[in-house]
Amino acid sequence: MLEAGFGCSDGSSDLPSPPTALTEKRLHYRLYKMHHPMEANEPTTAVIQIAEPKEAEEGRAPSLLSRWAALNLQEGGPSQGGQPRMPQGCLLPLPSISGPEDVIVKVIYCGICHTDLHQVRNDFNASKYPMVPGHEVVGEVIEVGSAVTKFSVGDKVGVGCIIGSCSSCSSCQSNIEQYCTKKIWTYNDVYHDGKPTQGGFATTMVVNQKFVLHVPNNLPPEQVAPLLCAGITVYSPLKHFGLSQSGLRCGILGLGGVGHMGVKIAKAFGHHVTVISSSEKKKKEAMEHLGADAYLVSSDQAKMQEAADSLDYIIDTIPAVHPLEPYLSLLKVNGRIIMVGVIPGPLQFVTPMIMLGRRSISGSFIGSMEETEELLKFCADRGVSSTIEIVKMDYVNKAMERLEKNDVRYRFVIDVAGSNL
Amino acid sequence: MVQSQEEEHPRKAFGWAARDTSGVLSPFNFSRRTNGADDVTLKILYCGICHSDLHAVRNDWRNTVYPIVPGHEIIGAVTEVGTNVTDLKVGDITGVGCLVGACHTCESCEGDQENYCHRLILTYNSVDRDGTVTYGGYSDHIVVPRRYAVRVPQGLPLAAAAPLLCAGITVYSPMKHYAMTEPGRHLGVVGLGGLGHVAVKMAKAFGLKVTVISTSPAKEKEAIQGLGADDFLVSRDPEKMKASASTMDYIIDTVSAVHSLEPLLALLKLNGKLVMVGAPDKPLSLNTHPLLFGRKAIGGSMIGGMKETQEMMDFCCKHNITADVEVINMDYVNTAMDRLAKSDVKYRFVIDVANSLSN
Repeated sequence: MLEAGFGCSDGSSDLPSPPTALTEKRLHYRLYKMHHPMEANEPTTAVIQIAEPKEAEEGRAPSLLSRWAALNLQEGGPSQGGQPRMPQGCLLPLPSISGPEDVIVKVIYCGICHTDLHQVRNDFNASKYPMVPGHEVVGEVIEVGSAVTKFSVGDKVGVGCIIGSCSSCSSCQSNIEQYCTKKIWTYNDVYHDGKPTQGGFATTMVVNQKFVLHVPNNLPPEQVAPLLCAGITVYSPLKHFGLSQSGLRCGILGLGGVGHMGVKIAKAFGHHVTVISSSEKKKKEAMEHLGADAYLVSSDQAKMQEAADSLDYIIDTIPAVHPLEPYLSLLKVNGRIIMVGVIPGPLQFVTPMIMLGRRSISGSFIGSMEETEELLKFCADRGVSSTIEIVKMDYVNKAMERLEKNDVRYRFVIDVAGSNL
Repeated sequence: MVQSQEEEHPRKAFGWAARDTSGVLSPFNFSRRTNGADDVTLKILYCGICHSDLHAVRNDWRNTVYPIVPGHEIIGAVTEVGTNVTDLKVGDITGVGCLVGACHTCESCEGDQENYCHRLILTYNSVDRDGTVTYGGYSDHIVVPRRYAVRVPQGLPLAAAAPLLCAGITVYSPMKHYAMTEPGRHLGVVGLGGLGHVAVKMAKAFGLKVTVISTSPAKEKEAIQGLGADDFLVSRDPEKMKASASTMDYIIDTVSAVHSLEPLLALLKLNGKLVMVGAPDKPLSLNTHPLLFGRKAIGGSMIGGMKETQEMMDFCCKHNITADVEVINMDYVNTAMDRLAKSDVKYRFVIDVANSLSN
């Protein structure tokens, strides 16, 4: 039930007749145009707001039930390299209970992940528009389906990167459902019912209870958001690869959302942490605020040489193509570099760099629901917090631009509930 | 004044050496040290020709000091033991592989992984503790510290055992370290040469299911009937490769030419490991998506430590594992090198040194 309406250049709004097969009151929409002056260098995404028509007619601000969506505005579609145009709008169905195990979550906060940026820009050539990104969601349960046992209305909950899986494969059966080959992404995917999935840049979401997490009451909700993707992305491989005992020497490559969580979690495990960055400018922050033990600038050949063979593991968080050799040489014998950045392109390496020293290049992807709950408890117990910049929804495009330039300490978190959507 | 190779040590030695980048080998008079308190001296009986020997004589890695006497798959008989050596005696059949020294104080050495020591001394083309260049097994005798000799268990045919000292340990060590030995699991072996064929035999002895992955369909018969592999996959057949996606627990990649890793990673199951023991001399491309979304790993490995080399020899004796070899005389060595460059050997040349090396 998704229709895109483009091409109204005279300023009038598009009012198609309401869908008829629906009985839920929330499923009638009216389009509101969002003014967004487009200039030559504007990024090719914008956000629009759609709202519940009844309230709009009464002249009130749009209700709880609106969605913020990234639209691909290029004429003729992304592959034809068209020019950005002003958004004309689109219709999106609101979430509703579709199965007995569904939970409706009122979104309070949603983190902005670098992958959101890649997805809205179609960097993986797989983006479907309109797209509502966001997979670091903290919210409150406002409705539960008839078979929901894990949650009650009012519970503080979290939703991460996936909201569905097959339940029957060996990954699902062994509680590592993030590796299910039929997993369903929180946004830009297709749900079991054939409908597109839409994420947390929205006031509400409907999620199967299996993919909803309890958020401990003693964790500030805005800080929980980054744990649901950035945090678990670090925690899961440290547990899986047997790297959680204290005393290890850790390297964190890249100091963004995942990197800063890497520093905090590794410190909480009792590791000696070296931050490896492309510039000096984050050094003070890293050492004084995040608690890193050492800081290496990757272009400082002398210091890099000195640090050769000193690290048990490196978490490589860089979400872009970059050389591997300088970092492989920092690893001790049997050391492991764990790739966690989602990179739109191949890297390269020379085999002797891993043969000498018997080093490994591994990868890891988020963590399971079980591990994520364990992480939340771990953070609550050890006082591990995230360092965030809270923004309102109307700042989201600016935030995306700043994220692209790595200009954030260290995760933007959208105050969705406070954005008057 | 630089001493000549004949004068730098007290004892005369004779072998074949390459003198320039053509890599052509010819008779060479040189010298070796006397047997020290911790040393053993071996009269060399056989020496395998490793692909690394070919690279070294032709200066492919740009680090060859000429004249070079290659050879690091050595089988010999002990002719002298130092006063501190108590567990080997004259006449014992022993082997020497790729290493003849290390620092013995670093973490790697203390963990019996001398092969990862930063100050490791290779059997040839390396600088020994006394500052002289080491000479390898294409020669009449060699003197090594006892630590770098392994006993060849009785029952192993000697010429066929020689390649175990390099090819054998090069695949045995990562199979143990990366835990690729669980019976019933599925191993892929990429490349069917010196390393690959030994990997197949060892894997079968570990109780693994083995699939040989090769570019040449012609090797299927030998792989399955000759070596005992369970299956054969032509890597250039995209349909067959696709049908085998996510079926292997581990892969040992012995190929030393530049090749694509993505099709190999696709063959691995979740948590699968791809271990590289061949060393292409140019960078390989790596798309990290399979590593993330399948939690897969690429690991490297380089020969093995001395303790595990002995363990490997004993394992091979127990399971009757030796290399498939073509025994040649010393004067055939240049032809053998040319054939090796074309991969025209099943699967290792071994020089019958004792019977064919003459002054």
